[in-house]
Amino acid sequence: MADYNAMELMICAAARLLEDGSTAAVGTGAPVAAAVLAQKTHAPNLLIVFEAGGVAPLMPSMPISVGDSRSFYRALMATSMNDIMETCQRGMMDYTFLSGAQIDPYGNLNSTVIGDYRKPKARLPGSGGANDLASLCWRILVVMLHQRRRYVEKLDFLTSPGYLSGPGAREAAGLPAGSGPYRVISDLAVMSFNDDTKRMQVESVHPGVTLAQVQENTGFEILAAPGLKQTEPPEKEELRILREEIDPYRYIIGR
Amino acid sequence: MRELSCASGPLFMNPDSEAARAFFRQKKRALTNKLLSVREAVTRFVKDGDYIASGGFGSNRIATAILHEILRQKKRNLGFAGHTTTHDFQIVAAGNMHGERLIARLDLAYVLGLEARGLSPHSRRVVESGEVEICEWTNFAMACRFRAAAAGIPFIPSYTMLGTDTFRYSAAREIECPFSHRKLVAMPALYPDVGIIHVHEADCYGNCRIRGNTVADLDIARASKRVIVSVEHLVSNDEIRSRPESTLIPAFCVDAVCEVPFGSYPGNMPGEYFSDEEHLRLWLEVEKDEAEFSKFLKKYIFDVPDFEGYLRLCGGMNRIRELRALELLVPQAE
Repeated sequence: MADYNAMELMICAAARLLEDGSTAAVGTGAPVAAAVLAQKTHAPNLLIVFEAGGVAPLMPSMPISVGDSRSFYRALMATSMNDIMETCQRGMMDYTFLSGAQIDPYGNLNSTVIGDYRKPKARLPGSGGANDLASLCWRILVVMLHQRRRYVEKLDFLTSPGYLSGPGAREAAGLPAGSGPYRVISDLAVMSFNDDTKRMQVESVHPGVTLAQVQENTGFEILAAPGLKQTEPPEKEELRILREEIDPYRYIIGR
Repeated sequence: MRELSCASGPLFMNPDSEAARAFFRQKKRALTNKLLSVREAVTRFVKDGDYIASGGFGSNRIATAILHEILRQKKRNLGFAGHTTTHDFQIVAAGNMHGERLIARLDLAYVLGLEARGLSPHSRRVVESGEVEICEWTNFAMACRFRAAAAGIPFIPSYTMLGTDTFRYSAAREIECPFSHRKLVAMPALYPDVGIIHVHEADCYGNCRIRGNTVADLDIARASKRVIVSVEHLVSNDEIRSRPESTLIPAFCVDAVCEVPFGSYPGNMPGEYFSDEEHLRLWLEVEKDEAEFSKFLKKYIFDVPDFEGYLRLCGGMNRIRELRALELLVPQAE
């Protein structure tokens, strides 16, 4: 048996994608844990930003809200929503983390309604800053549990843009060139997007998971990327930092 | 400028800057004492049918006392700016019950979720009921709309929302840039009737200081026709004049100043007290059952005369001391 859980693996896999010296707009939960883990391992100069205005805080504990005082504790700057979003729009935000109730093969996300918009089965919170970050940051990372009802061919509502309807669609819609979904990290695999089709493909399967299992839990056809790999399991030191320094009360990794 | 496509959502407020200039022309500029009780401020400056913008960020630096008073005075048919409004939205949504309707129109970027804490069952019932007219936006879109109004122009262009259903159900328009010929989204200026903001320090005239992130508050204060400020610490005008660079909202934007210590409770107030997570969990819990929620509101809001009464029911100064220790990272006593 592995000595780590699915959430710990997802956080470690996400952390490794963040380059040193880059900027990342993060939300609460797994994204902030991944960003701090990256800082404490390979990316000490990662600049963490919160949409409500916190820039590069030295967080004493995980924030509960992306706007609470932890999100700008001993920060370099506490500013406004506009300043953060304009920084993204100007082209200075390298990464962001998003999630949603549904994702489609092109990495578009739904966090608005389940069912018909006018007569929804369930109303969800809405875009918040998700559409903005998905539109304006360079590389979008999605962290989302792998279930057929979440990975769907067609969204009930397209809240936040991935590659929209496929190759060239983002640019045709007017979104900034060269931006878009980069990786999707689930409890089964890490997915990337095919250069030619812009469809989601399996980049690496987590230890003990097969490609068939990933397909079974995906509501659309998903192919393996050339040279399909196995996700590197978390290292002892990563787990120690995550458990002892980042989330000692297991708020995130205990989920 | 060529308009490319128009979204289908309702535009609740007139974005025209000329109409707004006519209003602002007659807004009082004089430095007069604007100190009022919360009850008086809400009676005088919030009318049925008004459009309200609440400052802060959902459960952080919110003007709880003023929001409670709006609920207590049973204001009706308000419009509301839902740019990440979480606990603040929970409070006003509580006025939509038993056939009564406090919120009638909602610009929605993020409501009914309390971020990591989960969804508000009552807010969800209200938003799903169909009794509230909804227009979809994003947080940046709403921030742009306040910014345009604060700048006195009818819209601000942005690259956000393009190509999505969020745009289709908004009231924005796609336009072509006259210089680059790129597609952009025109975010219509939003001039709220009333802006409600909790600040760290203000003088009696309404010159305000905020510590920490400002979210969209500096623009809301300038964009709103009337502004009610609640203040944690009332300071002298001399104090304001000793550090003018710290004034983030000038008095001429402000109509009422209400002194409300701990006024963001149960929300977080940076440098003062952390959010009361137990009390926020209690709200979420009692909301599951409408009868329970009614009883809760009667006890905590309708049967108390003011915010101080609410605070006493929530543990008063003892609870505040605990939340202050949390906020200031005071180590556990030996």
